[in-house]
Amino acid sequence: MWDNVQILTVAPVFNVQLWLNGLSVGAVFALVAYGLALVWGVTSIKNLAQGDLVMMGGYLGVAFARHGVHPIVAIVPVAAIMFCFGWVLYRLMIRRVIQLDLFTSLLATFGLAITIQQALNLAFGPEVVTLDAGFGQLEMFDAMVSITWIRLIAFAICLLLAGAMVLFLTKSRLGQAIRATAQDPRAARVLGIDTDLVYSLTFSINAAICGAAGVIVGMIWVLQPFYGIAYSVRAFVIVTAAGLGNLPGVILAALGLGVVEQYSGFVLGAQFQQATIVGLLLLILLWRQALLRRHRLALQ
Amino acid sequence: MQPYVKVVSRTACAIAVGAALAAPAAAKVEGDKIILGSAISITGKYSQEGKNASDGYNFAVKKINENGGVKVGGKTYKLEVKYYDDESTPARTAQLLERIINQDGIKFVLGPYGSGPTKAAAPVTEKYKIPMVEAEGASRSLFTQNYKYLFAVLSTSDYYLSPVIDLAAELAKKHGKKPSSMKIGMAFENDPFSLDVRQGVVTEAKKYGMKIVVDDKMPRDLSDISATLTKIKALKPDVILFSGHTKGATTATRQMKEMNVSAPIVALTHCESADITGKFNGAAEGILCPTQWAETLKYKDKLFGTAMDYNEAFLKAHSEYKEVPYQVAQGSAAVEVWADAFKRAGSLDPQKLRDALAKTNMETFYGHVQFDKAGKNIGKPMVLRQVQNGKYVVVAPTKYAAEPVVYPRKEAND
Repeated sequence: MWDNVQILTVAPVFNVQLWLNGLSVGAVFALVAYGLALVWGVTSIKNLAQGDLVMMGGYLGVAFARHGVHPIVAIVPVAAIMFCFGWVLYRLMIRRVIQLDLFTSLLATFGLAITIQQALNLAFGPEVVTLDAGFGQLEMFDAMVSITWIRLIAFAICLLLAGAMVLFLTKSRLGQAIRATAQDPRAARVLGIDTDLVYSLTFSINAAICGAAGVIVGMIWVLQPFYGIAYSVRAFVIVTAAGLGNLPGVILAALGLGVVEQYSGFVLGAQFQQATIVGLLLLILLWRQALLRRHRLALQ
Repeated sequence: MQPYVKVVSRTACAIAVGAALAAPAAAKVEGDKIILGSAISITGKYSQEGKNASDGYNFAVKKINENGGVKVGGKTYKLEVKYYDDESTPARTAQLLERIINQDGIKFVLGPYGSGPTKAAAPVTEKYKIPMVEAEGASRSLFTQNYKYLFAVLSTSDYYLSPVIDLAAELAKKHGKKPSSMKIGMAFENDPFSLDVRQGVVTEAKKYGMKIVVDDKMPRDLSDISATLTKIKALKPDVILFSGHTKGATTATRQMKEMNVSAPIVALTHCESADITGKFNGAAEGILCPTQWAETLKYKDKLFGTAMDYNEAFLKAHSEYKEVPYQVAQGSAAVEVWADAFKRAGSLDPQKLRDALAKTNMETFYGHVQFDKAGKNIGKPMVLRQVQNGKYVVVAPTKYAAEPVVYPRKEAND
């Protein structure tokens, strides 16, 4: 372990590589977690099918790519299709479980996850597939550090999408309605907000975000019908760490998670990457508990 | 006793006895057909590999039947396989084998796909003393349990990448270096199969005194190995090894190219199933891939002819395949082993068949088959193929090589 730390001090250039990789990984997680936080905050549905929506988006990207559409361009139609899919999903299913207890909605979205996995498996087969953006890579410091252009582009797209979401939620009437519903659905209804519409919109926006993230995942990593779970788990970790309703926090947490994963992978080995993340989450939760306790004591 | 209780209990007894008599006799041999049973992945994540395996089984069954079937003690039988879908889940495999043996009364089993399902199947066949010939479970741990009824035609997983270490030692000597000066950087997925592969490498590296400078274990849902690759880039090993199923091979090939990481020797498992040559063109060039079987090997038998004959015949019958995965070939070999055992045992008694299987010593188009006490095939080696000009070419062991190995590895620019 110390040998690896030594590498980083002797050849600090590898730090740059770790940061670049970590931030680009984190940006994709940020998108996925962002959508999850939105749905969780507004509808209080904990969507276990989040990662599977990502895979579905990726596979739609594959379908477009097979018809000669460049993956980057495909992001737009994929997001649109996923938006519609989210809408239908909400009308057919989510709407019926939204008022029910936590357990029912968890079961429902878990069932949805399995259905999407098997449908993708039937439609595209279980092989691992990738999308090729074909942009090559950027090399720095005598080729000691290299990063693919697509990662940089993905980073920019993720930030853009996140920025657009923040603007939409704060500036537009619809965004304000979403936030109002998140705060207090009953009060929002009393004030004339169509909460049902807000819910279906939120769920559709999330599906669209997942779709976009899926295409990016296909260009950076790999797609397989059953790999969605990794994204679901990370999204939950990020949202739990950042706290609900803290959207800038979600982005920061996701980027941080990306970088920490890289460092723990380098220093401790790939087998400790996830353990580090979960350990960190535990510490954050403990720390937050302590803060709350102090707050309570102060109030008393 | 109350009259109705009597009736109920008598009926129950009658049903039980009837079932016991009827079921087992029904299906193990139907007329002139010997029925073999297999729980295999038709749906779920191994559905592709499951299809490969069952296509291999069916191809051999068809060929054997066309050639007159198998003669058992003076009577000639045709073969047939009864399949159930294990949905790629080991627990289901075990349930289905109970069903195959108890309800269908099948006494001859062909293995499922994968080490996990095979691990679940073996205790069941062992319990009922039913022999199983498997072709798709390579985990070393299958053969450390003292199973008496399990026979595998393939090489076990600890032999997947250990030939790379032998090759590295050979090449080091040839280039005037000590084998012990070779450094290894490697990462394996944290699952039983890949860890077996790793164990084989560690043992072999120790033999030559080679130093392992990176030894990471990748969690199952890891899709990014850039941290490990950064470390490998910093430490510049002579040999890079990765094993993590299809995802590992895809991710490793893609990210090695993206991050400019290479070494004189690079080897991966699952190259073909990940289709690294199709997906990444030049980035796959020079990578070494272990395989159980290749069509260019000089093995042959009476049924199929040479490995190349088998290859051509199969491709002709199955136009959906571009090349024959070794999973198909070993499936066919398993059926050949069964047919051979039926002939030699001259009986359909599971115990006699087990003993006949244990004494198997035959040439097949897939390689020599001879089982050791644990039931694994010690008759054939793993071979290494290297991607040369986008094609897989056998380069090691030297005895079987079609072309010399390209060393140090040269990547191509697409």
